[in-house]
Amino acid sequence: MGELAAFIILAIVTLLPAVVVVTSRNLVRAAMSLIPSFLGVTGLFVLLQAEFVAGIQILIYAGAIAVLILFVIMLTQGGTGTALRQVNEQQLVGGLVAGALTIALLGLLLRTPWPLVAGTLPRSNVAAVGGAFLTNFILAFEISSLVLLVSLVGALVIARREQ
Amino acid sequence: MNWFLEIVKAVLAALAVFTFLAVVGAMLGVYLERKISGWIQSRLGPKHVGPQGLLQTIADTVKLLQKENIVPSNADAITFNVAPLMAVVAALLAWIIIPFGPAFGRVLVVRDINIGLLFFIGMASLIVIAILLGGWSSNNKYALLGGFRSASQMISYEIPLALAVMVPIMMAGTMSTVGIVEAQRGGWLGIGNWYIFGLPGNRGLLVPGFLAFVVFLTAATAEVNRVPFDLPEADSELVGGYFTEYTGMRFALFQLGEYAEAFAMAALTSVLFLGGWHGPWLPGIVWFFIKMFALVFFLIWVRWTYPRLRLDQLLNLSWKGLVPLGFVLVLVTGWLLV
Repeated sequence: MGELAAFIILAIVTLLPAVVVVTSRNLVRAAMSLIPSFLGVTGLFVLLQAEFVAGIQILIYAGAIAVLILFVIMLTQGGTGTALRQVNEQQLVGGLVAGALTIALLGLLLRTPWPLVAGTLPRSNVAAVGGAFLTNFILAFEISSLVLLVSLVGALVIARREQ
Repeated sequence: MNWFLEIVKAVLAALAVFTFLAVVGAMLGVYLERKISGWIQSRLGPKHVGPQGLLQTIADTVKLLQKENIVPSNADAITFNVAPLMAVVAALLAWIIIPFGPAFGRVLVVRDINIGLLFFIGMASLIVIAILLGGWSSNNKYALLGGFRSASQMISYEIPLALAVMVPIMMAGTMSTVGIVEAQRGGWLGIGNWYIFGLPGNRGLLVPGFLAFVVFLTAATAEVNRVPFDLPEADSELVGGYFTEYTGMRFALFQLGEYAEAFAMAALTSVLFLGGWHGPWLPGIVWFFIKMFALVFFLIWVRWTYPRLRLDQLLNLSWKGLVPLGFVLVLVTGWLLV
């Protein structure tokens, strides 16, 4: 009962701002609405007892990525004071495609058997996550590290050229 | 009805923490700030309201409560009004993982969560959004510049802050604040096992422990926008920065958030490196407050002693000094622990 209520509240907190993100005529407001949406997703992670992912979600998405998006939008010309339309003349086609995709996804999700694992969760899964990153998933971990490093160096190169 | 009870408990705990922050953090903090700054500058500081000016902040709060709440005509009203609330709520949430000490047979903490420190840093990073939005929505160049400075500063200093926190986490093997304090129990006079001195069986960790303490305190000072890292508010260049346009209680809420965050950083420093509530002779809660106020005194002392850094010096210190040092500290700690 409590869990269901929490899920419904969190779903509303996640989805309502998400609608604002794609409809608002003010770019800063659209970017700002990402934050409650991210926090709602954090709540969903907590509900699934994935506390570590929830913490990272706050720190990276709400605390860093949203800030960077806001930062960039506020620095651009079209960022403040101008009203933008977020949709073009293809609304009908776009809506049809989105609707078809929703139906396909819903059908897929409803047909998939979701296995439930019995047993209790460990009190803290941080060490397990870290261990998995450095053993079974080392390749994915290192590749994403490399991608981030390359983008960092690329950003530095672009920033230096202007001087 | 278990969840109903939990919600009632959460509301009561929020009220208790908010009252504590308003009284100890904002009111006492502002009073201490003014008294100590007066002492450093050979003045008396507030003197007239109450004994030794103790009621000065209460008088100021009552004054702020009576002030009109002005929203600039070109401001984005909703964002403008929500931003100070976000700052306060984030600072308030950061406090729920701070353990005050043992009392009534349990540790006095709102919630001992297993990702406590991650949660704290996440909440500290949410304050940037409040400052950035407050600065943008004011539609004022000074406020916007303050918000931008704050965003670039806090994003840069979050990284050394998180890296410095990694050192005690690795020593204790847990992210729970209560767990970290418990791991620092005992030793010589109840001081010997503090993480600033390394681990009892591994005194080589003294060096990374102490350096992590220094990095954490520096990054924490920058994270709460205090001198010498107060570029976002820089009164002399930006007329107050992001809260230039705020009046009355909304201005006070930003101040409350700032002081609550500064006190939270002081409390967390004592939890991570100075043994939390452990210490000789005195009860735990007394030790917690002694350490917290000693660190708050240190922050105030620094504020009234050092000049402000330039923006390039500020960013260089983080990216060329603290971030590499933080990575080395994590590496050395890991190497010494294995």
